[in-house]
Amino acid sequence: MTVADSTRGQTGPMVRLGRFSGVLRSIVAFVAILVLLAIAWEAAKWVAGDPVRQTPWGVVDPPHVPPFTIKQLNDTNLPHVWEVVGAFVQLATRNSPFSLGAVLIDAAVFTGRNALVGFGIGALFGLLLAIIFVHSRLLERALVPYVIASQTVPIIALAPMLVLWVGTGWTSVALVSAYLTFFPVTIAGIRGLTSPDPRALELMSSYAASWSTVLWKVRFPAALPYLFTAAKISATASVVGAIVGEEPTGIRGGLGRAILEFNTQYTTGPQKLWATVIVAAALGILFFAVVRLAEMVVLRDRGAGEL
Amino acid sequence: MPPSHPDPIVNLDNVEKRFSAGGATTAALSGISLNISPGEFVSLIGPSGCGKSTLLRIIGDLIEPTAGRVEVNGKPARNARRDRDYGMVFQAPVLFDWRTIEANVELPLEVMGVSQAQRRSRTEQMLALVELSDFGRHHPWQLSGGMQQRAAIARALAFEPKLLLMDEPFGALDEMTRERMNDELLRIWERTGTTIVFVTHSIPEAVFLSGRVVVMTPRPGRITNLIEIDLPRPRNEATRESEEYFRLVTAVREALRAAHGGTIPEAEPLVVDESGANA
Repeated sequence: MTVADSTRGQTGPMVRLGRFSGVLRSIVAFVAILVLLAIAWEAAKWVAGDPVRQTPWGVVDPPHVPPFTIKQLNDTNLPHVWEVVGAFVQLATRNSPFSLGAVLIDAAVFTGRNALVGFGIGALFGLLLAIIFVHSRLLERALVPYVIASQTVPIIALAPMLVLWVGTGWTSVALVSAYLTFFPVTIAGIRGLTSPDPRALELMSSYAASWSTVLWKVRFPAALPYLFTAAKISATASVVGAIVGEEPTGIRGGLGRAILEFNTQYTTGPQKLWATVIVAAALGILFFAVVRLAEMVVLRDRGAGEL
Repeated sequence: MPPSHPDPIVNLDNVEKRFSAGGATTAALSGISLNISPGEFVSLIGPSGCGKSTLLRIIGDLIEPTAGRVEVNGKPARNARRDRDYGMVFQAPVLFDWRTIEANVELPLEVMGVSQAQRRSRTEQMLALVELSDFGRHHPWQLSGGMQQRAAIARALAFEPKLLLMDEPFGALDEMTRERMNDELLRIWERTGTTIVFVTHSIPEAVFLSGRVVVMTPRPGRITNLIEIDLPRPRNEATRESEEYFRLVTAVREALRAAHGGTIPEAEPLVVDESGANA
């Protein structure tokens, strides 16, 4: 035999370098699209928004009067990009000692912590269900319909009951978040844990391996790519859960509460709600990115076909 | 000669396998009796659907026979499996992508609770045996198909099983690689003294490797001929070009043809309809 039939040329380092330069490229693309979006936003307002008298770069004199008028593009429905950006450095409320940016970051940390706990509980619970279902056809048949049903019950209906059971506080928010998180993990987990080649299971059987050894050494590693896909869905869902869960639980200090408050002040200061929405979106992206990063690290040694 | 050896490592007595699906019962194997002696190299050959892979899995206790007795190493197949008496190699390497070649070879030792130091040295030996020492740190997907299959053989031999069960291990390789792998397998077999039961549908491969070729026929799967291959060992390129080799290849081919009434059928379904042919 020869060394010539190796494929050393296409091994690890090159592939890895490629992946991380890919990360850089997607960040650049993300920022570029953000800029394009802002330009399109302002261009649309320039063509069909409210008259412009003032920009951050100076006074427009005489005022620019757009040739068309579209209601959705007026300053209340679609505030100027600079107004939204400027809102971050302005005071959160007239009497507040803090800027809106500081308040929103505080709120994001609060909500993010709840989402993180919810994601952790949800992902573990989801995985546990998947492991049970893979090992017991009976339990799978009996319980999967309930798991599916759980996802059709709106969280708005469930959250007040949850508050009655565990009380007002961040735990009930985390549980709402977990409730929205576990389902994708269970479904992908079942798929992933049953994904090994039947011959791989025969192989383990020929070693007289116990079911827990098979689970730990074959099923779980084989399920990881599936679990990461689910975790990416669940990561964003956990943020949504943590935000939405703040309203019925009546908890203060998070993004959900901020959205409710700024919603009532929309007509006088629409940019505050927009700023809050942007922070909430950024939190979701952060969660997703962390999972994606973990995925790249954990699955770095898998063949290209695995991702 | 081998068949009359006093203590067979594999002892099959009137083994039968029937599959039931959707109310219909089909016979995959019928009246299989066979003794394999320690150190023998035996090939099971026959067209698709003759049940040779099923028979291999019955020997390995991965499938239970419907009737008959299966003894491996002087005990029921179940106990032999629990005692880890055999290693298994499939047509696909079935290596785990997330493990390096080293870690793949170590897997059975890990499962069996062998200490890390022993695992290391054993894995090193095995990789040297299949000439993959330089590739221990590589991942399976970085190796060619032939190299992956060699790693699978190293894994199967890592815990020194007394019996090696191989299910068309080189069936997915090109002809040149397959011949090279055949040479290597014989070298490994001669060095380890392991008993090998080898399933194939390649007549030249069966003749080149084996001491005995078991010819099987489908519907239901049964043994029709046992052909002694008395080619001298060690076997090499010269063996493949000898007249004796061609004579034996022809003998096996004719035995297969006779079993199928003149023609060797194309690929058939794994499980064929049972037409009252119970043994």
